[in-house]
Amino acid sequence: MFKAKVNVTLRPSILDPKGKAAHHALQNLGLTNIEGVRIGKFIEIDVQASNEEEARGIVESACSKLLANEVMEDFEIQFES
Amino acid sequence: MARVGVIVFPGSNCDHDAYHALKHVMNAEVTFLWHKETDVSGLDMIIVPGGFSYGDYLRSGAIARFSPIMQELIRYAQKGGPVMGICNGFQILLEAGLIPGAMRHNEQLKFICKDVHIRVESTQSIYTSSLQKDQLLTIPVSHGEGNYYIDNDGLKELQDNDQVLFRYVNAQGETTPEANINGSIDHIAGITNKHKNVLGMMPHPERAMERLLGKEDGKHIFESILQALAIA
Repeated sequence: MFKAKVNVTLRPSILDPKGKAAHHALQNLGLTNIEGVRIGKFIEIDVQASNEEEARGIVESACSKLLANEVMEDFEIQFES
Repeated sequence: MARVGVIVFPGSNCDHDAYHALKHVMNAEVTFLWHKETDVSGLDMIIVPGGFSYGDYLRSGAIARFSPIMQELIRYAQKGGPVMGICNGFQILLEAGLIPGAMRHNEQLKFICKDVHIRVESTQSIYTSSLQKDQLLTIPVSHGEGNYYIDNDGLKELQDNDQVLFRYVNAQGETTPEANINGSIDHIAGITNKHKNVLGMMPHPERAMERLLGKEDGKHIFESILQALAIA
């Protein structure tokens, strides 16, 4: 079994109101060195496959079909070794 | 008499408003379509109602888009069948790719529930054919993710093809920054697909149907639809 770790992030050009609100709150906490915050999603996926390449294909298809909306989000897949 | 289907997902909460609006106010024939059904034959129009389908998990509309009824709805829409998505219904139609673009969280991160003014931008659709261009309607919104996004090329295509039906404006009908309640690109409140048979809009016309309950501007949209369906 393969364990995939997926990060789904808003494209850089897309406004991130949640990140902006968190950034604002962090500044209010006095953490004024923080220059920007972007919030995304972290997803763990267990896949049954005979090799990593096959597992990657399955996870990629999961991401582009459902887990990420590619109109405004990017995804990045890493496998635990 | 027009036959209208209203889809019901787990978590839909404007399905009964849509049913009431069409059946009791507009005197159309209405049936509910449970999300597991796969028969949409004999319907003149399908409404994808507002609510929080599947708890809006992952992204609004993302899970609903894969339910059995949606596969039939996609076929129905591709054959030219009229489909109207309201609020969560709009989000589902975007996720299904029937309308271009995506929804982001409202710019101010607040859930907005209030009456807004929208301006009719095009009368070239069954949804607006009996309205006037620049006509103002007062219709409530109720959403947390209504901040419409599309890239520049996509936006140009929407504009060139006259697909923007409604924009958020102030009481004077102007597109001031304050009037753009959720931060949507180009003040977009409602758009159609290229063939103009599929409409997605964030405001809820089905909640503005009876003067007794405060307002009835939503009725104009349903009158337009039913008139167009009767002629077709």
